[in-house]
Amino acid sequence: MRRSRRRLLATGLELAVPILVLVVWGLASAGSDTYYFPPLTEILSTFADTWLFERVGSDVVPSLVRMGLGFGIAVVVAISAGLLLGLSRRSRRAAAPIVEFLRAIPPPALLPFAILVIGVGDSMKVFIIAFVCVWPILLNTIDGVTGVDPTLRETTRVYGIDGRDRLLRVMLPAASPQIFAGMRTSLSLALILMVISEMVASTNGIGYFVLQSQRTFAIPEMWSGILLLGILGYTLNGAFVLIERRVLRWHRGARASALG
Amino acid sequence: MPDRILPWASVVGVLALFDVLPRIGLLPRDHFPPISESLGTLGEQLGEASFWEAVGNTLQGWALGLGIAAALAIPIGIVIGSSGLLYRAMRGLIEFLRPIPSVALIPLAILIYGTGLQSKVFLAAFASFWQLLVATLYGVQDVDPVASDTARSFGFSRVQRLFRVTLPSAVPYIATGLRIASAVSLILTVTAELVIGSAGLGRSINVARSGGNEELMYALIISTGVLGVLLNGIFVRAERRVLHWHPSQRPGEVGA
Repeated sequence: MRRSRRRLLATGLELAVPILVLVVWGLASAGSDTYYFPPLTEILSTFADTWLFERVGSDVVPSLVRMGLGFGIAVVVAISAGLLLGLSRRSRRAAAPIVEFLRAIPPPALLPFAILVIGVGDSMKVFIIAFVCVWPILLNTIDGVTGVDPTLRETTRVYGIDGRDRLLRVMLPAASPQIFAGMRTSLSLALILMVISEMVASTNGIGYFVLQSQRTFAIPEMWSGILLLGILGYTLNGAFVLIERRVLRWHRGARASALG
Repeated sequence: MPDRILPWASVVGVLALFDVLPRIGLLPRDHFPPISESLGTLGEQLGEASFWEAVGNTLQGWALGLGIAAALAIPIGIVIGSSGLLYRAMRGLIEFLRPIPSVALIPLAILIYGTGLQSKVFLAAFASFWQLLVATLYGVQDVDPVASDTARSFGFSRVQRLFRVTLPSAVPYIATGLRIASAVSLILTVTAELVIGSAGLGRSINVARSGGNEELMYALIISTGVLGVLLNGIFVRAERRVLHWHPSQRPGEVGA
């Protein structure tokens, strides 16, 4: 009885605290005449005016398309390269110093390079997003493939499964939990690079809008953009977790039964 | 080819490729100067005071951001993580705030802190904070319940349990968190320099590009990469030293 009451209290708190924070923010900012911190109600009404749905076509969609393309390209490139590198120890050794170096460059430092070589258009943004998202997925794929259970590896060999089947039916599924972990890291990187690339060189997009609002001192608009980016980050992460759970359901099931 | 020289061979190969391709015109030379010229420029830069000043500025932002994040996130993580009820109460809030891209706060940072060091540090600290907080929370909750209960039944007080049981088992998580937070802090520092224009390597790269000095741009990009490798190396080494007793650091086992 005490236990269940405690659990109820915990769940209640989990829901109540974020709401409480919002309420406190709303109350504290209510009569605010500080220029930089407008009342929450004003931010919310600006949010509704700006993002529902006036600027969806002009800013939100272009942003999401760039991000989706960049992330998609990174997933395809990184998983294919990761599978190949994962299977050959020698190629892994040869690639290691280059991967380690490219990955260590802080991604925004590559923006001027991308602008120089590709220009300021959409392809530059897609390129930089893809380039940055490749590394976490690549390294996780390599780890996943090299970490495949030796028994599974040898069983595959004994049964003469090789070539395409070995790659796509044994290695890829066995590595997929790790690959998903990498993809999740990359997804948040994609959002960050989308915002930065739009802040540095763009004429539309959410990142552009937020920085432009600040420069023109449209403070409630700026806050509404920050809020939108927050909601976007949260939603993308949540959606990804749902997809991951669906796709990896067999994995969780297999682990649970192995643990008894 | 023996295994040992493979990494060297590939480095030399890639460098040679990016030196030869622009020279024979397969890569446009005004966008890709031969890599030897960029490396030469990097060599010259090593003797310039302005270069070291930029490196110093970047490192300052990195260190302050990481330091502030660590000073806040580790104690907060320990307090929240040690109490089940407090953890549940804060979980929703943390899960909501954590995925917010820190770069969304750039305009706010400019408004409040201007375009100098403070903005840089604020962004770096904000971004690293979440990495470290989550790592600390995981660490504190991963404490072996048997060890914890044993300590309790031997009459260890709450504080003693914290220092003797909880912290030692959370340290590997915190160490990994610190290493990732260090990379995040460097990224946000360079971002701030690039977007806001605070002094440092990020701004220098942008200035070199808009000034049409490609060799310098590549030289500076390479130097940020070297900086990233060095900082990461320092943390890996420190981890190995501090955690030499931990299974993850033993040779032959899969390390973190």
